[in-house]
Amino acid sequence: MAKSLMKGNEVIAEAAIRAGCRLYFGYPITPQTEISETLAKRMPKVDGLCLQAESEIAAVNMVLGAASTGARVLTSSSSPGLSLKSEGISYLVGSDLPCVIVNVQRGGPGLGGIQPSQADYYQATRAMGHGDMHLIVLAPASVQEIGDMTQEAFDLADQYRTPVMILSDGAMGQMMEPVDFEGHTPRELPEKDWAACGTEGKRRHNIVNSLYIEPDVLEKIVKERFERYDAIAENEVRYEDYLTDDADIVLVAYGITARIAKSAVNACRKAGIKAGLMRPITLWPFPEKHLAELAEKTRAFLTVELSMGQMVDDVRLAVEHRVPVHFYGRTGGMMPSVDEVAAEITKIYESMKKEA
Amino acid sequence: MIVFEKPHALTDTPFHYCPGCTHGIVHRLVAEAIDEMGIEGQTIGVAPVGCSVFSYNYFNCDMIEAPHGRAPAVATGVKRARPDRFVFTYQGDGDLAAIGTAETVHVGARGENITIIFINNAIYGMTGGQMAPTTLPGQVATTTPYGRDPKIHGNPVRVCEMLSTLSGTAYAERVSMDSVAHIKQAKRAIRKAFEVQKAGLGLSIVEVLSTCPTNWGKTPQEALEWLKTDMIPYYPLGVYKDVTAKEAE
Ligand SMILES: Cc1ncc(C[n+]2csc(CCOP(=O)(O)OP(=O)(O)O)c2C)c(N)n1
Ligand code: SF4
Repeated sequence: MAKSLMKGNEVIAEAAIRAGCRLYFGYPITPQTEISETLAKRMPKVDGLCLQAESEIAAVNMVLGAASTGARVLTSSSSPGLSLKSEGISYLVGSDLPCVIVNVQRGGPGLGGIQPSQADYYQATRAMGHGDMHLIVLAPASVQEIGDMTQEAFDLADQYRTPVMILSDGAMGQMMEPVDFEGHTPRELPEKDWAACGTEGKRRHNIVNSLYIEPDVLEKIVKERFERYDAIAENEVRYEDYLTDDADIVLVAYGITARIAKSAVNACRKAGIKAGLMRPITLWPFPEKHLAELAEKTRAFLTVELSMGQMVDDVRLAVEHRVPVHFYGRTGGMMPSVDEVAAEITKIYESMKKEA
Repeated sequence: MIVFEKPHALTDTPFHYCPGCTHGIVHRLVAEAIDEMGIEGQTIGVAPVGCSVFSYNYFNCDMIEAPHGRAPAVATGVKRARPDRFVFTYQGDGDLAAIGTAETVHVGARGENITIIFINNAIYGMTGGQMAPTTLPGQVATTTPYGRDPKIHGNPVRVCEMLSTLSGTAYAERVSMDSVAHIKQAKRAIRKAFEVQKAGLGLSIVEVLSTCPTNWGKTPQEALEWLKTDMIPYYPLGVYKDVTAKEAE
C-alpha cells in the first residue's frame, strides 16, 4: 500500500483501529488532542466508540471496565492527565488488564507548558502508579514506528496481560512523515478466558480484582506478576544501535531526542570524532544488558534527554561506573539543536584526549 | 415446602458483614431481581471500595472491583464494550457521593444505561466511622466528634434529588431497610431499575437507606429505629424520577 503523509498523533489513532481497537476513552489535553479528534471521526465509521470522559480519572476507569470485558481499548493523554490516571493504571496492573495508554509528553511540573518534553520518564518507568508495578513502555522515534508500535502495543498487552504505554512527546505527535500500516505481524495470543463478559451460565463467575487482603496471597500474586516481568525483560527488549561498534563515545537517547542525537553523531563523525548512538526503543524493559556490553567497548556515554536527567539514571545503573556517563538535557519544552549536542560531544571528546 | 432459598445469583460464600448490617439484605434483593429476570449469565456487576468491596465474592455473575468512587466510570466502560449486558454498580455513600461524585453525575448526564444500587448509611463503614457526604447535621462521626456542623463540615448531599434533575436519569427511587414493608418496596424498586435498563432508557438508581450499627454505636434494633426516626425525615422515600410513568400517562 502507498504510504500516506500523517501526523504522529493521527497515526496512533489509525493504527489502533488497524489493531482491532474499537473503544477509546479520553479527555482533551494539548498536545495529544488530535488522537481523540481523529478517533472521533474514525470510530463511528468502523462501529467503534470514541467517548469524551468527564476527566482523565473517569477515562482510565472506563478503560478498566472495557478491558475487563476482554475488549481492546485505548486511552491517551499528556503529562498532567497521566498524573490523574495513575491510580487507575495501578488498578489496571493489579487486575492484570491489557490496554494501551499513550502519553504525549509536555513540559512540567504542574501545568508546565505545552511544548515537547521527556520529563515523564521517571513516572512512566518507575512510578506510574502505587505499589510494586511496571508497564511496558515503548518509545517510537518516527511516525512509521508510531504506527508499527501502536499495533504491537495491543499484542504485547494481550500476550502479557498488562497495560502498555506509548511514551511520545509533543514533537513526535505533531511531526508529519510518510507511514504505512502494513509492517505489523500479529502475534499468536492467548484466549481471554479471565474476562468479565457475562458467564452465560456456562462457567464459574470471573472476578477482575486487585484486592488481596491476605498478605501472603498478595505477595504471591505480585511475585507471579514479576515472573511475567522477567519474561518480558527476556523477550521484548528492543533498541537500535547506530555506529556504536567503533565508537569512543556512545550517545543514549530515545524518541525525538534520538533523531537530534543521530544528526549530532553524523556531524561529529565528519569532524573525525568516533561517536555512536544507542537508542532504547523499549524504556521498560530497559536495554541494560546491551548497555553493559557497550560499556566494555566504548570510552564514555552521553545521555541526551528533554529533561533534567532521568533516563541517565538507568544508563548509570547499567554501566556501573565502567566508563563515565555524561548528561546533556534541555527542559520545559526547549529542544537542543544538533550543534548544541555536537558541541557537547566534542567537549567530552577533547577532555578524554587530554586525559589520555 | 421450601420457605427460604438462597437466590442463585448469590454464591455460597458467607457474608462478612457485622450483625445488624443491612448490606446483606440488599445483596439478597439484588440477587432475587437477577434471578427473577433470569439474567445472571448476562449480568456484570461492579463492586466499590467500601464495606461491600467483597461483593464480588457474593454475586454469582461476573464481577469487577473498581477503584474507590469510580464504579460508574468502570460500568460505563463495561456497558460501552458490551451493550448487550446488564451492568450494575453497588456503592456506598462515600464512594458514590464524595470521591466519586463526578463519575456519578456524569453517568446521569450521559444517560448511561446502567443500574446503580446506592447504599446510604450516613457514614464511612469500612474505614471506621468517619463523616460521609450523607452524614446528618449533628450526627457524631469519628471526624465530627462534636457532631456534624454544616457551617464547618458542610451539608449532606441528597443524591436522588440531585440525579433526578439530569436528563439522562431514567429512574431514581429512594427506599429504606427499616421495616418489612419498606424492604418489599426496595425489592420492587431494584427490579424496576433493572427493567428500566432492559428497556434501554438510561440511568437507573435505587438509593437504599441502610444501617451501620457498628459505626453508629447502636444495637441493630436501635439502628433500625434511628434509620426510621432520623434518616428518613432527612432523606424522604419515594420515586424521584421515572420516565416510564411519563410514557404511561
Ligand atoms: C483513593 C482512596 N481513598 C480512600 C480510600 C479509603 N476508603 C476505603 S472505603 C472508604 C469509605 C467507604 O465508605 P462508603 O463508601 O460510605 O461505604 P461503606 O463502607 O459505608 O459501605 C474510604 C475512605 C481508598 N480505598 N481509596
Ligand atoms: S461497618 Fe457498618 S456498613 Fe460495614 S459491615 Fe459493619 S455495619 Fe455494615
